[in-house]
Amino acid sequence: MKRFSWILVFTLLLGSTWAPVGAYDYPIKDPYAATIAGTPTELEPSLPESIDYELLGLKVFPDRPMPDVFWYQREFLYTLSYQKQAAPLIFVIAGTGSSFYASSMIFLQKALWQAGFHVICLSSPTQMNFVTTASATCVPGNIREDTQDLYRVMTKAWEQVKGRIKVTDFYLTGYSLGASQSAFVSKLDEEKRVFNFKKVLMINPAVSLYTSARILDGMLLRIVPTQSPEEFDQWFKEILGGFGRIYKQMGQPPLDHDFLYDVYRHLLKTGVAPRQDNMAGMIGTVFRLASSNMIFSADVMANYGLIVPKNSELGSADSLTDYFKVTNRVSFIDYFNEFLVPYFQSKNPGLTKEALIESTSLRSIESYLRNSPKIVLMDNEDDLILAPEDLAFLKDVFGSRAKIYPYGGHLGNMTYTANIHYMIDVLKN
Amino acid sequence: MKRAMCLMLLTAFIFMAGCGTTPVRKEPEIPAKRPVSEHVKPDVTYAIDAFDPWEPMNRHIYNFNAIFDNYVFLPVVQAYEFVLPVFAQKGITNFFKNLTEVTNLTNSLLQFKFVKAVNTFGRICINTTVGIGGLIDVATLNDGIKREDEDFGQTLGFYGLGPGPYLVLPVLGPSSVRDTAGLAVDSLVYSMMMSQLIAELGMDDTNENILNYSLTGLYVIDKRHTEPFRYFKTGSPFEYDLIRRLYLIKRQFQIDN
Repeated sequence: MKRFSWILVFTLLLGSTWAPVGAYDYPIKDPYAATIAGTPTELEPSLPESIDYELLGLKVFPDRPMPDVFWYQREFLYTLSYQKQAAPLIFVIAGTGSSFYASSMIFLQKALWQAGFHVICLSSPTQMNFVTTASATCVPGNIREDTQDLYRVMTKAWEQVKGRIKVTDFYLTGYSLGASQSAFVSKLDEEKRVFNFKKVLMINPAVSLYTSARILDGMLLRIVPTQSPEEFDQWFKEILGGFGRIYKQMGQPPLDHDFLYDVYRHLLKTGVAPRQDNMAGMIGTVFRLASSNMIFSADVMANYGLIVPKNSELGSADSLTDYFKVTNRVSFIDYFNEFLVPYFQSKNPGLTKEALIESTSLRSIESYLRNSPKIVLMDNEDDLILAPEDLAFLKDVFGSRAKIYPYGGHLGNMTYTANIHYMIDVLKN
Repeated sequence: MKRAMCLMLLTAFIFMAGCGTTPVRKEPEIPAKRPVSEHVKPDVTYAIDAFDPWEPMNRHIYNFNAIFDNYVFLPVVQAYEFVLPVFAQKGITNFFKNLTEVTNLTNSLLQFKFVKAVNTFGRICINTTVGIGGLIDVATLNDGIKREDEDFGQTLGFYGLGPGPYLVLPVLGPSSVRDTAGLAVDSLVYSMMMSQLIAELGMDDTNENILNYSLTGLYVIDKRHTEPFRYFKTGSPFEYDLIRRLYLIKRQFQIDN
């Protein structure tokens, strides 16, 4: 409690010196570079090198048969970092394709824990472990369904830990797609009332999942306009080649999705001035690899037959290399058109593509967002995943509950000291 | 003791191999909407491709390693981390790093990389004396002499030998035929040196053996303790493919430097 109030005082002090308009000093003004490079370490708040957390597992669907190829997916995994005393509990939802192991998630986990929260970190519903073990349909991307899945795991996780920790209030946050899902989860909670969230913080959300996916897919097209496998492959070879160069400094291969960014950060440091097209291509590649993992997992689990022949049963040691090559050529929009829409149409014959696009957009819950003072937004003027009308929508709907920074790209400034202070401040007051 | 371990591993393998048999199909297979046959050209080498003629066996061993890691290796390492204070863990890491400098030294010399050899020799001298038998890595302090990274696999690569087939070793993980041969040679040199050092202590045979085995066990635990890799943490169904490719790229980079 003492540390808690100390941090609060500290935050307020910093807030008072940094608050003046135009005093925002996040150093990277190019949105592409910001998205890739993130925040220089010396401008991040100082956090413990590591904190204690528990890796916990849930059998969400105990009777679900797991295909041999996913033999290692035994349960839904999440992490808990708790306070010894009574404290508020915050759920954090990761962005597209990311797990609680993503560096951004670990950063938020530490920052929120240090600020006095119990923290539960959840992988994105688009992440492989979530798709295989916790998604009711195993076909992610329909936010309404993903929200039900999230709410189910949140409820079960809370049941699992509530005997051990004392919780005063519930909070919710998420970044990128996780931010959009936070809004839908909050709305669902108004009906189900399990948590009754005190505050919900959305960090760089997608307004329309479809629009954001199209923007990100488009970034890869700037590098591989013909979408031929040879062209993508040439580009991918260059990226992998960069890995050799950073290996020595990193010590070990950090094989999450952030590792491509690390390659690029290294190039920046060594003075290779990256062209904006290349940076866009890098961001698009990261998104493509994340969605590839999701599409393959969904295809196998739902036995849909997009990439893997329908009714074939992949064994635990079967080669997946050729499927990797094919999956990398499927964009998120392809997935939306060839898999998501027909899949949900088969369950709900009247559904149109336009209706699905609409229902996965924040616009479909506009009045809820407009009239819920507990939901707040942190975003950037130059966020790459927003179309101009999306940003206008967010400003209009959230009004004074929106904190829009002038730079930062997509999540580049999330770990910047001023941003972290703002997040903790806005959650607590 | 060693033989019992080998037997245990072998049994586990056979068991694993048995698990992976093709399951019985219930319904006829329907070709995919985006079939491999249409989208992958057999005569093209893709970025993810690697020479892996023993892929099914390698994948079984990879899966075995993940299970072994989960149920045996990591629990032992966690117990080790729980029991020993951090400074002792660091001391042990440094101690073994100093002993394995012999690998860096011999292989730098074999590749005529004299600067690296001299640096390594300097590190051994400083760390063995000032660093109290290698427990403290004094040489690296204050931007001192960096540790080199050479092994016999790299030496073979230096003389033009390609990696050969990719190989996943039980417990040890990604390797290649060339690098496995290299590892065998490095281990032989290391164990010969260790026998000599232990003989210097003038103990009887039984105690010598106990010490030798204990040091080997501790070395293996320290190795896993300093290795952050965890199986299936990448969140990618294609983890095996990515690790394979990155391993080979990393090795080529090491050989070129």
